[in-house]
Amino acid sequence: MAQQSKKVTRHYSAGVIIRTFIKYFSLVFFGIVAVLPIVSCVITAFKTDEEYMSTNVMTMPESWLNFSNFTEAFTKANMGRAFINSGIILVCVLFGAIVIGTQLAYVLNRFRFPGNGLIRNLFLFATLLPGIAMQVSVYQIMQGLGFINHLYGYIIMSMGTDVISIYIFIQYMENIPVSLDESAIIDGASYFKIYWKIMLPLLKPAIVTCMVLKGVAVYNEYYCSNLYLQDKRTLGVVATSLYTFTGPLGSQYNLICAGVIISVLPALIVFILCQNQIYSGITAGAVKG
Amino acid sequence: MTAATVKKKRPFNFREWLKSRKGQQTIIILAFMFIPLLLLFVFTYLPFGEMVKFSFYKMKYSTPVDKRVFVGWENYKAVFSRDDCFGAIKLSLYYMVGSILQLVIALYLATMLSFKTKGGNLFKGLMFFPYLISGIAIGFIFKFFYTRGFVFDTVLQWCGFQLDNLPYWLKDQSINNWSLVASSVWRYFGQNMVLFIGAIMSVDAEMYEAAELDGANKFQQFMHIILPSIKTIVTLNVILSITGSLSAFDPPFVITSGKNGTGTYFVVMNEIAHTSQKVGLASAMAVVLLVIIFAATILQKLFFKYIFRNSDSDDETYDAKKRRKKLEKQRKKELAKQGSLTVRKGAV
Repeated sequence: MAQQSKKVTRHYSAGVIIRTFIKYFSLVFFGIVAVLPIVSCVITAFKTDEEYMSTNVMTMPESWLNFSNFTEAFTKANMGRAFINSGIILVCVLFGAIVIGTQLAYVLNRFRFPGNGLIRNLFLFATLLPGIAMQVSVYQIMQGLGFINHLYGYIIMSMGTDVISIYIFIQYMENIPVSLDESAIIDGASYFKIYWKIMLPLLKPAIVTCMVLKGVAVYNEYYCSNLYLQDKRTLGVVATSLYTFTGPLGSQYNLICAGVIISVLPALIVFILCQNQIYSGITAGAVKG
Repeated sequence: MTAATVKKKRPFNFREWLKSRKGQQTIIILAFMFIPLLLLFVFTYLPFGEMVKFSFYKMKYSTPVDKRVFVGWENYKAVFSRDDCFGAIKLSLYYMVGSILQLVIALYLATMLSFKTKGGNLFKGLMFFPYLISGIAIGFIFKFFYTRGFVFDTVLQWCGFQLDNLPYWLKDQSINNWSLVASSVWRYFGQNMVLFIGAIMSVDAEMYEAAELDGANKFQQFMHIILPSIKTIVTLNVILSITGSLSAFDPPFVITSGKNGTGTYFVVMNEIAHTSQKVGLASAMAVVLLVIIFAATILQKLFFKYIFRNSDSDDETYDAKKRRKKLEKQRKKELAKQGSLTVRKGAV
């Protein structure tokens, strides 16, 4: 018996070894592909000007403690201001989008009224309109409202257009039993109280997921923020602060790379802390879309 | 008399109605939907209507309303006759090929990672992370990456290529679109992969065990268990990637600014709108592309529906048969086990 089982495992192992090799080879290959552009940036960001001019891009920097590029990039691109602005925008947009999104989802999920289906479809159809194309006329409207070059205008515009999170909320609410609502009604709670005391606390995981996803999207938005926050001195955000490095600074890549790394760091930290929320958000958003 | 009583009753009734369940529902519905619908209207549907309207006018951003000239279908004619407008849509083909390749890579890696893998989470994280980098940062990263003699050239030299034989990745018109497509694949393949892993994870694990008992190898498991059960999400992503390629914007906009023949349709449109300020023409371009995107989406949906309608029925009966057989086998085995157990007990 013992011999037989040994034979079986040996017979398996030949195929398994090849398969495992192919598997890990491809994983390592694509892992390197994914990391290489970023790593080369990190290497260059630590080089002094002379080093950058004289050595190959892929040779390691002399010192990993040379942070001068980072400080220079930070001040030149006015990133202190940019981080403050991005922070203000993030907090306001996330708060607004979550409040609006959960309220809309609550109403659409819990009540039957004429127009319910129509409104869902209106939101769904909105996802099909490509954002860049729409900016041609959104710009006109923003101009008419006097929203251009004001943080509040940009914040209000960014709040409204998040359909995916609404769908994540609706999906999540479908799993919250209606009997909870009913018993609260019997206890005399108003609908607002039900939303506030029952729905919101139970939606917490979905809210975290949406915050992370929306947060990353808002933080990374460069096209609209460039268009609507044109005064770069005072209204620059982190993504647009990188525009400083176009033009005369355009070939000083040790500085540019440092700027890029600074701008990517917050996303990296959030990613490390909230990996699972991000993954589940990606999956949940796609299923309904 | 009667009129007076009605008058008296009305405010009373209204207040009562407000307190009733029905009234409260109406209030909460109106209160909770007002802002989102207002935002949706102001920033999506109003601009959409305006855009359609603009497309019939010759105008700039600064042109006052009464000075705009109505030109009928002129802008639309221009979209098709100017060589810089509609011709740009050919570039979408590059992005379509790229996005199909990206889906294949993502599906392959997702399948690998959904089986037990050492360091699986690390690989997943590394490949996903590019998705979280902002478009503008990606622009700088890849300008740097592709510069003559820099990262990509160095790596290729390590692999034995001569620098003189390598093209200028962003200038050479025979290759630069592929370079841009590669950066887009780099950015999104990890996200696709995470999506597919999520879908594969929702497949019942017992199916694999049952298939293994039947002696199915990994490839067969992929073809007959994984692929059928994530069919919907794969289809959805194919549709999304094709419409996405039609509206490709980021890579050429941030890396080459549309120079050297890399200007996709939207990059050209963006320039016409914001640099030359031909708002009417840009709007017409946007409307034309929207129509194409809708048509493409509907056609694809019909296409996939048609394909799956036939295979669906076959697949399901086939799968059902297989499943039933497996269950029977397992049951027999268990019965045999139990039988042997009872026999042994009897012997003792």
